[in-house]
Amino acid sequence: MRPIFKRKKREKADRQKADENILRLVYGVVFLFLWLMAYIGYFLMVQREDVINNAYNARLDNFAQRVERGSILSRDGQVLAETITDEEGRETRRYPYGPLFAHVVGYSTRGKTGLEELANYYLLTSHDNPLNQVFAELSGKKSPGDRVVTTLDAELQQLAMDSLGDYNGAVVVMEPDTGRILAMVSKPGFDPALVAEGWEGLVAEDGGQAQLLNRAAQGLYPPGSVFKVVTLLAYIREHREDYDQFRFDCSGVFEYGDYKIRCYHGNAHGSQTLGQAFANSCNGAFAKMGIELNLKKLADTTEELLFNTKQPVAIAYSQSRFAMKEDADAWEVLQTSIGQGMTQMTPLHNAMITAAIANEGILMNPYFIDRVESRAGETVKDFQPSAYGALMSREEAVILKDMMIQVVTEGTGSAVRCEGYTAAGKTGSAQFETGEKTHAWFTGFAPAEDPEIVVTVVVEEGGSGGQTAAPIARSIFDACISEQNEVY
Amino acid sequence: MTNVIVDLSKYLLILLIAMYTYWNFRYFGVSEEKKKILCRRQNQMMCLLHILAYGVMLLKTGDFKLAAFYMVQAVFFQCYRFAYRRLYKNRSEILVNNMCLLLCVGFIILARLSFSKALHQFFLVVLSGTATLAIPFIIGRAWQLSRIPWLYGMLGAGLLAAVLMAGDNSYGAQLSLTVKGISLQPTEFVKIIFVFFVSAMFYRSTDTRQIGITTVGAALHVLILAASKDLGSALIFFVTYIFMLFIASSDWRYLGAGGLLGCLASGAGWVLFSHVRVRVAVWADPWADLDNKGYQITQSLFSIGTGGWFGMGLYQGMPGKIPVVEKDFILAAISEEMGALFAFCILLICLGCFIQFMMIACRMEAMFYKLIAVGLGTMYIVQVFLTAGGACKFIPSTGVTLPFVSYGGSSVLSTFILFSVIQGMYILKRSEEEEEAYEAYI
Repeated sequence: MRPIFKRKKREKADRQKADENILRLVYGVVFLFLWLMAYIGYFLMVQREDVINNAYNARLDNFAQRVERGSILSRDGQVLAETITDEEGRETRRYPYGPLFAHVVGYSTRGKTGLEELANYYLLTSHDNPLNQVFAELSGKKSPGDRVVTTLDAELQQLAMDSLGDYNGAVVVMEPDTGRILAMVSKPGFDPALVAEGWEGLVAEDGGQAQLLNRAAQGLYPPGSVFKVVTLLAYIREHREDYDQFRFDCSGVFEYGDYKIRCYHGNAHGSQTLGQAFANSCNGAFAKMGIELNLKKLADTTEELLFNTKQPVAIAYSQSRFAMKEDADAWEVLQTSIGQGMTQMTPLHNAMITAAIANEGILMNPYFIDRVESRAGETVKDFQPSAYGALMSREEAVILKDMMIQVVTEGTGSAVRCEGYTAAGKTGSAQFETGEKTHAWFTGFAPAEDPEIVVTVVVEEGGSGGQTAAPIARSIFDACISEQNEVY
Repeated sequence: MTNVIVDLSKYLLILLIAMYTYWNFRYFGVSEEKKKILCRRQNQMMCLLHILAYGVMLLKTGDFKLAAFYMVQAVFFQCYRFAYRRLYKNRSEILVNNMCLLLCVGFIILARLSFSKALHQFFLVVLSGTATLAIPFIIGRAWQLSRIPWLYGMLGAGLLAAVLMAGDNSYGAQLSLTVKGISLQPTEFVKIIFVFFVSAMFYRSTDTRQIGITTVGAALHVLILAASKDLGSALIFFVTYIFMLFIASSDWRYLGAGGLLGCLASGAGWVLFSHVRVRVAVWADPWADLDNKGYQITQSLFSIGTGGWFGMGLYQGMPGKIPVVEKDFILAAISEEMGALFAFCILLICLGCFIQFMMIACRMEAMFYKLIAVGLGTMYIVQVFLTAGGACKFIPSTGVTLPFVSYGGSSVLSTFILFSVIQGMYILKRSEEEEEAYEAYI
């Protein structure tokens, strides 16, 4: 063969190879673009609503020009918020319950908070019949926005508020096996309809009572003895085999070096098992436990219980704080293990930990919106319970639950002891910097055998948890559980 | 009443562009005669889309400037088509169509965002379009273009170096030169010169020594860009070079080595440049810094998300909330007001252009032309991918514009040159084939 032919042949082969590779390049690029479009598709179908329902998305305000903001209803059909349009087209947002739902439902006239913020997108979207919408458009009217049916129970909310009496504080009621929030009370309240007018007074620095703060989700309180649940869990984890061998002889004061830890009112509890120490809320026993604990592991346990981290809460909330480092001195350890010191937590967080204990260690994501309906009553979107994950093992949850039952049957939680059902819980009386009286805590659930509701109560400057907070929980338990019995 | 019309029009606009896009792909599978009919229909769809969009905008704003603006645009498009028809009987009609459609969508969304910017863009389009009409003619006759690789190399690297030394700073990167009050982005033109450089080098030979020399030349370009902190362009040059090397050598090892080098370079970029770290962090979690560093990308996500599949309708969204929307985030603005489906169609049309470029590459026999088509095609599609991916948070934002749609004079001119070069090669091939057929006939 002549060289020139050879060369031409080789060139042709090269060209063919190159063309094949060009085709492969095209396939690669086409694949990449399909992937990109699938990503955008996923964004629009799955993430869209969560993303655009954001206070920074000014576009939603534009929706209000064409849609009349929808109503917010309690789960029993009571109107919690609605928009009234008068003959001249002026809109007013009405809150029939006034201050009762002020924090959880929120307001929408000066920024948006609570459910008004969380459900903003749904409230400003209309799933009214398309023909009606066109008709409304042509006649210059707005289409009715969808209404949001919450998990909140108006009667329970009222009961919780009434039970707080003259005290300030917060109450959270939730279902441990679903995560539904049935009531969320924060006192003092305000009238959400008058927020815009009364703004200056509400945010005034001096003499203000921080009325706008949702104490249930944003209020950071020292946990006091309710934190003993955490210390107890850490202790059990370190002494898996022999935690029931624990003994402590309480003389009313526990001395460690120069430090003294007193039990409430200096009560001497005598010889205590672990369960008794928890039931009687014996500070000495828990201070001793704390000194023996591995601080790294205690910090890990608090992290697993969602301190210092994001919590699965959809409305504005505060992160609970556990600040003790591994190199903390003895005094800090003693204080922290009985829930004093630098630790702070919200009532909602407390309710979540309690719910996990009631639900065999699994925390269900707390939620507020049951479903979204069009004005005609058709369901547009349905929200289902979802699990956040395990905060502790099943065995640990069972041990803690038994000890919480003991608190009620033979300890400080006697106020919720009754014939009809068995409750479980923990009391707390937390000292804080400026107050003369302690904050009263109670967190618990009932019935213990098959927990239906979790109630967490904090009463500001209420004194003893067992005397002030527990009776409030009792009245809520009574209402819920008798209600259940009536149904059957 | 207006709202109802705008709402209806957005569905109609999507329908029109969807039909256009469908024909863009159907084109590959029909006979020559049918192709002509398809192209004519595409043209009709574009005219309808153009008049409908401007009609809606007129209705919404009541601004008769828009009507006048529409007229001159329509006249320009018809003149441009007419000129191509008269000058080049063997032109690729579908490429001309796609150029016009992308420009047309650009005029719509830019006029919606800012009338003065759209007007500015229009003048540049008229100038660039007219000036580049001669390029296919030159490509078909000046075979000498393949013999001057060093000229390309020095010109390209020199221009980039000039930007590095004397460039104006914008958003922390040196991108533009100001000459007598006119701001130019030389990088846009160096893209094309660079492709010519690599093609001419590899056309000479693809032995190891030649590849080595070319790689050094290419690396110089990329490094100067990196030094100017124009990392989006550096990435585009890098990917283009690797693909051209792979096609020229048919050696998979170069592709592998390129991939590896790309990873190393990204790592180096992460370590060296704080704004790379910022962009990656913002991409990973824009919500953490919503009102500062994450503002642009979250506004873009709000924009795409609120618009949804069908869009809010023209003038019914707030695309102006996205900083630099008319450049890097133009696709988000289109998606917000005209719908994600419309934006998808734009992406598919760009992809269709790329496929057409590659088919032309396959048809060219001379390696020089083949490589030019591959190189320009890669430049183009990487740019489309970076801007689209950046707008929807698929990849970190790189500050790259969408050719022919985004606002920017240098980009418009260089994209016109790019399409005209490809068009020139298509015409060259068609004319050759015609001659052969004629000779065979005789």
